[in-house]
Amino acid sequence: MAKRDSTTTDLELKRTEEPSELLRELVAHLRQNRTQLREEWVVRISETRLLTAMTKEEIFAEATSVYDSYVEALETEAFEALQAYARNLSERIIPRGVETHEVVGIVLLLRDVLARSLFAKYQNDFKKLNRILDAYEPAANRIANTVAVGFVQERERVIRQQQEAIRELSTPVLQVRERLLILPIIGVIDPQRARQLTEQLLRGIRTNRAKVVVIDITGVAAMDVTVANHLVQTVEASRLLGATVIVTGLSPEIAQTLVTIGVDLGKMNTVGDLQGGIEQAERLLGYKVASIAEPR
Amino acid sequence: MEVPILKQGAFLIATFQAALSDADLNQLRMGLVQQVVKLRSRAVIVDVTAMDVMDSFASRTLREIAHMIRLRGAETVIVGIQPEVAFAMVQLGLTLEGVATALDLEEGLAYLNEKFKITN
Repeated sequence: MAKRDSTTTDLELKRTEEPSELLRELVAHLRQNRTQLREEWVVRISETRLLTAMTKEEIFAEATSVYDSYVEALETEAFEALQAYARNLSERIIPRGVETHEVVGIVLLLRDVLARSLFAKYQNDFKKLNRILDAYEPAANRIANTVAVGFVQERERVIRQQQEAIRELSTPVLQVRERLLILPIIGVIDPQRARQLTEQLLRGIRTNRAKVVVIDITGVAAMDVTVANHLVQTVEASRLLGATVIVTGLSPEIAQTLVTIGVDLGKMNTVGDLQGGIEQAERLLGYKVASIAEPR
Repeated sequence: MEVPILKQGAFLIATFQAALSDADLNQLRMGLVQQVVKLRSRAVIVDVTAMDVMDSFASRTLREIAHMIRLRGAETVIVGIQPEVAFAMVQLGLTLEGVATALDLEEGLAYLNEKFKITN
């Protein structure tokens, strides 16, 4: 069809070149020039000093799979598949220390490299270039968005997982004698950790059939009123399971907090330090500790 | 739904089923005290292992059972409160204060045997 500067011709052109057809055309171009464009992209990546945590071979391998997934997403518009791919990619590269800005950066670089090649190809046909870009740009932007969101979601998932692991690590319930559990608490207790502590302790009481629990808070500098109340509730809940709780190691600050909130000290069994607490627990359980005389 | 009350020597054992209506609880309260009187029992063990929720009415009924039985000179031990139930109870302020508790039936019997051995 001859190019004429009339609107009729433009409309005729538009009718013969549907967006999906344009998309197919540009995807074909991107596939044909795959090797060269991918090379260009990898060069740009090292020029802008992204992915410094990865080796050249690793970058090449990932670049190949990202390029192919990018072009496939342009073609099929299957963005869920792309999001799953992005999460999968993140799972692989986050442990290697790759940051969010790097991932977003390389996807945008790829978008630019591909756009430039489209400019070069259609530079003699400005109207067609515009139509090609009309098809390319929304899809390319959606891809960048999808990958960034997938990456961030994966990071958030890892963070949540690590927080959970840290919480579980820091509240061990230890059996030191038959029917005697010790719960040494160290660090900062927030309401969430306090709740987890209680759940773990109650489960531990049932599993180990504990009759006495010593909760040592020597390693806790301070607690607010909410957490102090939680401690009292833990003591009461333990009693409902038939276990006596001895709290040891209260700092002066915490002692003040407990008095201020008006804790009924009759309900709470406290001893100065862990050693005293264990000794009292042993008495409650009917143990006696005697030293073995040294033979002469 | 009738709650079974079993005799074990000088003790009675009442095992709660999972879903007890208020009417069931009332019936149990009267039934237990009547049995304590008739059999001259020295203690009652109420096993709530099957209960996965404890509301304020059930909690109050358990306290009342314990008080009524104490008026007959007998002891009550509540056993088998599940960890999740215990947690929920203390959050609602239902502490069963003044009532003896134990982990399960075995511990409850051990507690009573120990207690009555001394006073015998």
